[in-house]
Amino acid sequence: MTIIEPIRILLYVVGALAFVGVNAAYLVWLERKAAGRFQRRAGPTEVGPAGLLQPVADAIKLMTKQLIVPPGSDELLFRVAPVMVMAPAMMCFATIPFADSIAARNIDVGLLMIFAFGSINVMAVMLGGWSSRNKYAIISAARVVSQNVAYEIPMLLTIITMLMVAGTMNLHEIVRQQEAGFWAWNVFRLASNPLMPVTFIIFFICMLAETNRAPFDMAEAESELVAGAYTEYSGMGFGVFFMGEYANIVIGCAIATALFLGGWGSPVGALPGVWWFLAKMYFLIFSVIWIRWTFPRTQFYGLLNLSWKILIPVSLTTLVLTSIAIKIPRMF
Amino acid sequence: MSVPPLELIKGPDETFILNLGPQHPATHGVLRIKLTMDGEYVTRAEPVPGYIHRMHEKMGENRTWNQFLPNTSRIDYLSAMAYTHAFVGVAERAAGIEVPPRAEYIRVITSELNRISSHLVWFGAFLLDLGGFTPLLYAFDDREKILDLLEGITGSRLTYCYYRFGGVCNDVDDAFLRGTKEFVAHMRPRMKLYRDLVTDNIILRKRLTDIGHISADMCRRYGATGPVIRGAGVAYDTRKVEPYSAYREFDFDIPVFPEADSMARYLVRMEEIVQSLRIIEQAVDRLPDGPFIAPKMPKVMKVPPGDYFYATEAARGRFAVRAVSDGKEIPYRLKLRAPSFSNLSLFEEASRGMMLPDALAMLGSLDLVIPDIDR
Repeated sequence: MTIIEPIRILLYVVGALAFVGVNAAYLVWLERKAAGRFQRRAGPTEVGPAGLLQPVADAIKLMTKQLIVPPGSDELLFRVAPVMVMAPAMMCFATIPFADSIAARNIDVGLLMIFAFGSINVMAVMLGGWSSRNKYAIISAARVVSQNVAYEIPMLLTIITMLMVAGTMNLHEIVRQQEAGFWAWNVFRLASNPLMPVTFIIFFICMLAETNRAPFDMAEAESELVAGAYTEYSGMGFGVFFMGEYANIVIGCAIATALFLGGWGSPVGALPGVWWFLAKMYFLIFSVIWIRWTFPRTQFYGLLNLSWKILIPVSLTTLVLTSIAIKIPRMF
Repeated sequence: MSVPPLELIKGPDETFILNLGPQHPATHGVLRIKLTMDGEYVTRAEPVPGYIHRMHEKMGENRTWNQFLPNTSRIDYLSAMAYTHAFVGVAERAAGIEVPPRAEYIRVITSELNRISSHLVWFGAFLLDLGGFTPLLYAFDDREKILDLLEGITGSRLTYCYYRFGGVCNDVDDAFLRGTKEFVAHMRPRMKLYRDLVTDNIILRKRLTDIGHISADMCRRYGATGPVIRGAGVAYDTRKVEPYSAYREFDFDIPVFPEADSMARYLVRMEEIVQSLRIIEQAVDRLPDGPFIAPKMPKVMKVPPGDYFYATEAARGRFAVRAVSDGKEIPYRLKLRAPSFSNLSLFEEASRGMMLPDALAMLGSLDLVIPDIDR
């Protein structure tokens, strides 16, 4: 069945918006519920059954609050910054293949597009912090930018490794290649690179840093910088930043699923692919939440040390190993 | 982990003032610290206390000994027992009151339980400073058990006024003793859990090891006591150097870590919980029979003229009361020596050149209670 193009676009726009909105709202619920379980308490229970209406209540609260623009701040940038977190995250959903036939756009340079839009996130947080004219926010903005160098390099190195293995930037195609079974998933493809699981772990660590999640949430660091770049934001300004953070987590975990865990590929053959994609993605998201509530925050230079002394050398090694593994068979 | 020294990256003077507090998540109360910052480096930290000053010393000069007694538990609300202990101690020493051994044992048990609960609050709050939220709730779970036990015999959960001149206000019951034994048995495996979950965590170790150096010399110059000086390698504990109450009769160690960094102070407190458990166990097992308060205590406390002094080891360090009496019902002068004040005063020197998150981690490792600083 083919759907005519304008309706298709409309469907996907509405679908992506709804998916991002529902995820951002209900990941907050999941996070609070999971955190409650980790900490031997119940989490939200009051609003709706099992607290399921809590996100709705939160949204109403945030939307009815006054949006305060602090005097002396750069009003335009201050207002634009939250949008700049949310909009690129929405864009990234265009290329993510949820199943063989569910993807808004099958773009040949999908991976490149995601990383191009993904890096806007950093600029948005920086602008938000800078335009607030708040010392804590400016410190946070400076941290975000310098932290960016630390994780983007190893992350892109792992992406290059993956590109060399896959030979394409088309996410749909990349998942296709892993369809044979779970042994064909890129994370287990030891033949093309014996360090593949390590590459996955590096990607995951960088993804945590990219989304400003604990243990790399130095930019938000509520015990040091009050709320970091978001200190001066009230109401939905903060709400959009918050939603953007969760949207970015969903994106990061979706890419990790597509790149390393075989996307919609099922390890046992049951159920349609989209469920497998979602299951893998939510498992990764759950791990992200799990890590946040287990570990204390690292130091800013701790992340730099980790990046320059461990992540970059290791990801370079995997890159070299992969190129050797690709080149050697072709020589004979 | 090494931090680049400040000199290497310091350019022209572009410092700015960062007001940390009086309402800031890291100061756990209304402490204000005026930080002169060079980027993320602290060049000068000027603590500005006084936001919660309640004139306890002056109050002491305006009310009778009995009337001032509840005030002492409001100075350091987390370690109320040791503070009340010092105040009743100074009055007993002045008036020459013989405290029955059972009362002394009960005081030791409750003081040590209070020390554990105080350290548990510190543990949770410190981890909160470092960005770990979960340990707080685990610690409060254990602390709840202590609070329930103490509530059963004292009637209050935080600002206990349990000690009286000459003893304690009522006897402990079997439920308390049984509960205390159960708590000791429960707490030992929990310490292993804390070790696995928190102490051995690589991120925590890297954040605390070799960071926040406070030397023994600096501790002496500023009069820092408690876990701060014991974390600098000096085995100074009032319970050992000037044994008061029944502490002489128990077998316990003073944990000392010579590294003098934030990790050492962390480990001292964790080890102190274990040692307190040891003291409690011995005291409960050997609890003597007899009266819980000295017989024929006068209704109104009167202290002969003179200058008296009594020090206890509170959870944060040495708390001392110096009382000057002119023989009237009201003390002539009451000096309260609070450990947090001395421990805070070294922050200015110790934090110089540190990065902001490290400085705040060090501030957390000092375990400050703001009402204790301001009194």
